[in-house]
Amino acid sequence: MKQVTLRMNRHQVTAIIGPSGCGKSTFIRCLNRMHEVIPEARVEGKVLLDGWELYAEGVDPVEVRRRIGMVFQKPNPFPTMTIYDNVAAGLRLNGVRNRAQLDSAVEESLRLAALWNEVKDNLRQPGTSLSGGQQQRLCIARALAIRPEVLLMDEPCSSLDPIATGKIEELIHQLKVKYTVVLVTHNMQQAARVSDFTGFLLLGELVEFGPTGKIFTNPRDPRTEAYITGRFG
Amino acid sequence: MTERRFDEELKALKERLFTMAGLAEQAVGKSVKALVDRDLKLAKDVIQEDAAINRLEVEIEETCLNLLARYQPEARDLRMIAMVFKIVNDLERVGDQGVNIGERTQELLKESLLKPLIDIPKMAVLAQQMLKDSLDAFVNQDAELARSVCRRDDEVDHLNDQVYRDLLVYMTQDPKTIVRAIDLILVGRHLERVADHATNIAEDVYYLVRGTTIKHRLAGD
Repeated sequence: MKQVTLRMNRHQVTAIIGPSGCGKSTFIRCLNRMHEVIPEARVEGKVLLDGWELYAEGVDPVEVRRRIGMVFQKPNPFPTMTIYDNVAAGLRLNGVRNRAQLDSAVEESLRLAALWNEVKDNLRQPGTSLSGGQQQRLCIARALAIRPEVLLMDEPCSSLDPIATGKIEELIHQLKVKYTVVLVTHNMQQAARVSDFTGFLLLGELVEFGPTGKIFTNPRDPRTEAYITGRFG
Repeated sequence: MTERRFDEELKALKERLFTMAGLAEQAVGKSVKALVDRDLKLAKDVIQEDAAINRLEVEIEETCLNLLARYQPEARDLRMIAMVFKIVNDLERVGDQGVNIGERTQELLKESLLKPLIDIPKMAVLAQQMLKDSLDAFVNQDAELARSVCRRDDEVDHLNDQVYRDLLVYMTQDPKTIVRAIDLILVGRHLERVADHATNIAEDVYYLVRGTTIKHRLAGD
């Protein structure tokens, strides 16, 4: 990544687009210090959440990831756990033991993830028994259960069919009422449909950033124009 | 599933269009009222209020482009946005006709009335009703109402010819009437244009609802 500076607005969906290898995932991982799980990865600069410096000395990466949740490309429910336990896992790790509290948090998270009606009678089934799209919504519910402020989504639909993709997109739109969403996608149309702001990355450089409508109707940079019109390279 | 967000935005777009249509309708109504009631202030108001219509035109056009780029709509949704894009163009021109009539009225009010206004108010009523019906046809997706608007255009054309012929008689008899007569002929022509724009809108609505065009070949049916 080269000198990326951008401001992502509260309760808005910001999409990061760009060709494979441009640094989309690397960028989003810097936002909750997930890149630190990769040996030798390093970061310079600052990431601020409401003025809180994520890379300041003494900041616990676990706390960073609690406030900034993440959903990945492939649905990755904990394979040995039930639907219920998948959603409750984060809370239990944080020491919540009260049954009623867990029940209500699980229900609320599954509702927020638009999955409750489909699974409410099968909460004891394994998470992996669900379809791909349902598993992804389960992962979103799991991320939401610990009440993050920001939700990072790294290609959340790339392994889903169009119907499941549509559900996730609609969900993203609903989630922004409560959360700030940052979405990485190689699917430009998805960025166009669901985001409020879009950033275009190329070779680690933030070529352009602006309101999604502007980026897709009248981009400033010829490289952005070439990419979104499919005339790239 | 994503239609839901798209539908919200489409609904908002339509609401903007209705606001604009309301203002354009008012511009025509007020301008003719100003002429009939000899109300100079009302004529000036119409001219001033046109800016709001122009702003809405630009805003709606931008929204249409934005929706096309972001959602790549298909079928009826696509026709809807394409037609809204065209309809705002007609509505903006309707607003301009209101301004034109307001300007003619300002001139006409400087002198006494040349003759009692009979056909011009009739034209105004017809043209406004056509405009209103074309928008109602849009709201209710009513192809038959749209078609009836197109048919009514002939009545307005006919009245316009009559206005022209009547005033021609005045002008040939007394050259002092020429300036006022020409202003009235122009008012007639502006109203005839309003009816044409209403017809354009109705044709677009017909296309939106039925997916086929009735443009340019309505004569005779």
